[in-house]
Amino acid sequence: MAIVIDKSQRWRVVLAHLFLILLCALVIFPLLMVVSISFRSGNFATGSLIPKSISLEHWRFALGLPVVNADGRVILPDLPVLRWLWNSIKVATLSAIVAVLLSTTAAYAFARMKFAGKKTALTGLMLMQMFPTVLALVAIHAIFSRLGHVFPALGVDGMWALILAYSGGIALHIWTIKGFYETIPPEIEEAATVDGATPWQAFWRVLLPMALPILMVVFLLAFIGAVNEYPVASVLLHTQDHLTMAVGSKQFLYAQKYLWGDFAAAAILSGLPISVVFILVQRWMISGLTSGANKG
Amino acid sequence: MSMPKALKRFLQPALIILLGLLGLYSVTVVYAAGENLLAGMMLVTLAVFVWLYTSPKTYAYRYLFPGIGAALIFVVFPMLFTIRIGFTNYSSKNLLTFDRATSYLLEETYRAEGAAYNATLHAEGSQWRFRLEDQDSGAAFVTGPFALGPEKPLTLKAEPSATALPGGEMPLRELIDHQAFLNGITVAMPDGNRVRMTGLREFAASRPQYTRNADGTLTNNQDHSLLRPNFKSGYYETADGDPVTPGFQVDIGWKNYTEIFTDASLREPFGRIFVWTLVFSTLTVVFCTSLGMVLAVLLNWDSLRFKAVYRLLLFLPYAIPSFISILVFKGLFNNNTGEINLVLNGLFGIRPTWFSDPFLARSMLLIVNTWLGFPYMMVVCMGLIKAIPNDLYEASAVAGAGPITNFFRITMPLILKPLTPLLISSFAFNFNNFVLISLLTGGLPDFLNTSVPAGTTDILVSYTYRMAFQDAGQKFGLAAAISAVVFLMVAAISAVQIRATRIAQDEKR
Repeated sequence: MAIVIDKSQRWRVVLAHLFLILLCALVIFPLLMVVSISFRSGNFATGSLIPKSISLEHWRFALGLPVVNADGRVILPDLPVLRWLWNSIKVATLSAIVAVLLSTTAAYAFARMKFAGKKTALTGLMLMQMFPTVLALVAIHAIFSRLGHVFPALGVDGMWALILAYSGGIALHIWTIKGFYETIPPEIEEAATVDGATPWQAFWRVLLPMALPILMVVFLLAFIGAVNEYPVASVLLHTQDHLTMAVGSKQFLYAQKYLWGDFAAAAILSGLPISVVFILVQRWMISGLTSGANKG
Repeated sequence: MSMPKALKRFLQPALIILLGLLGLYSVTVVYAAGENLLAGMMLVTLAVFVWLYTSPKTYAYRYLFPGIGAALIFVVFPMLFTIRIGFTNYSSKNLLTFDRATSYLLEETYRAEGAAYNATLHAEGSQWRFRLEDQDSGAAFVTGPFALGPEKPLTLKAEPSATALPGGEMPLRELIDHQAFLNGITVAMPDGNRVRMTGLREFAASRPQYTRNADGTLTNNQDHSLLRPNFKSGYYETADGDPVTPGFQVDIGWKNYTEIFTDASLREPFGRIFVWTLVFSTLTVVFCTSLGMVLAVLLNWDSLRFKAVYRLLLFLPYAIPSFISILVFKGLFNNNTGEINLVLNGLFGIRPTWFSDPFLARSMLLIVNTWLGFPYMMVVCMGLIKAIPNDLYEASAVAGAGPITNFFRITMPLILKPLTPLLISSFAFNFNNFVLISLLTGGLPDFLNTSVPAGTTDILVSYTYRMAFQDAGQKFGLAAAISAVVFLMVAAISAVQIRATRIAQDEKR
């Protein structure tokens, strides 16, 4: 398309760049600020974006190492950041494994089998997704506190309660995997069936190995989802040592105990890996994005 | 490498039988613990499991059962249970089930007449022994060693002993930590009396406070008065109608629901919060979409360079876990030490009180939420703009139209229709955007004249959360009732969304 580039066009390009640069600055300012704050000394320090002297006290705090105070006293960090991070990783890994196991098999039936109520079930899954878990928090708390009377391991304030609570939120994963299965021609499994494979073998030995990439993506999405989940975790976990990062982080910024610098270090420590993983997998998520998935 | 055929044939049935038996055992345990609803649900699940995995007709459902089952139990059931709780008086005052409240009262004891002992707890290796000293005669007794553990009843025998125990005494702090366990200990004295802990360092003969009668009433053994359970109020009551704690859960019908809409001290904050919820989610969608759409147009512009860099940078807010970015903003917006106020003070000499002024707090929420939400709209719009045929723009260029005309006459009208379902789902998401409110303002600053704490920045879900889990005495029933009302609103929004999606899909064809 040949369009004459005139003067007004050039001005528009410059204006567009200025606007985008301004916006990028607004996006990046908070992030750079956090990096800078994590290297300042003290929790109330103010100063320029590039700190004049670099102090590692907040990073030592985040990593659970003892910090020597200005007056020479040695202070042990009282917020178990690494513990929270480890809890987050444990819960997220286990619930992502559960999510993958539950959704691959269900997606296989939806993609390849004929059965009564298929359409209803698929629509039902979609509808389920529309009602946020936040609305059922009271019930979730009640269910798990009663479950805990009988099976203490599954009660409130335990990791397994959280994993069970997350295991139901697989509707979107089922849809994602089902979409992927449908791109694989069914003739491949049919050939296996002709050779005498049972449907289970055709699924397990033939289809599943081909679907590994999408299973990886679903695993990572479920993992990120579980790390970032706040409402259910905040209701089910109480004890300091059991919290996940998402629930624990809140404790840095209480008005009476304001650990701004320590929070900055902990935030980078936990946020950076998750963000990187997310940017890497989001390519596969775009289809999910446009079908109405919101960040939770 | 394959298993012997015979083994293989028996493996599956054996596994199902094993799992079935394990399931039946758990059901019995749950039933014995008095959780009938839970036991019933487990039994149904178990029956469905056995049926699906044994009947050849249900082959497809074997693949569905685990996933759909989990979704039904942990997503659908809690929602139905929420509505159910909305019809009860479940709260911190009426926390227990009737059975548990009754057994709680039956476990209450009072100090009966008889000898009292000063008790000290001494270490012996990893175990402990009690030393009891008669408060009147000074005679001393020691119990056998026992290990501390989770709460359970335990009976110990005491023997007379003249010498002191060698082990160190347990400090008061630890005594308090283990009080629940220690309270369950009964010591059988050599004279045949049985004594229990009546204070942290005292044992005395104690008797149960209440005895249960055949008609369900409780007799107070101390003053022989009668307690009668009242299933309307959820309390055992004395003859004068005074409630005795702890209360228990009972159905109270539509009371919670009518209260929301008739009780003035509840209705007024509910109305205001509802309006703010609407304003908050509408403005968020408007801001995020307009910014996202403009950016998408710019980033699809051929003459612009460095598009990939801009795109990556502008996508960042979406990639960062929201609990982190929201808390980062909480720090940056801090009235006194926050960097935003430092900049504003340096440039304009102002220090807005972001967290204590309702209007500013609401503005801050919108600013932060726009920051969090525009990348999503940008990515979505970029995809939709790519689908617009190029010849439309060529035609408009020939007609001499400028970029503004192009945007309002071609781009926006064409992408608005496929965008509508996403706008509605974004609206629904922000309608229930609990994480943002809870982490940034916590609903504060509060309204001044309400019976239940309600904040000027609270949206409906954060309001119910506070009611149930924070400052307002755990009004689970009322919170569940409000949640049920919000369910209806979400259902209405979803219905509109499904319609819009259908229209958008029909247009495509």
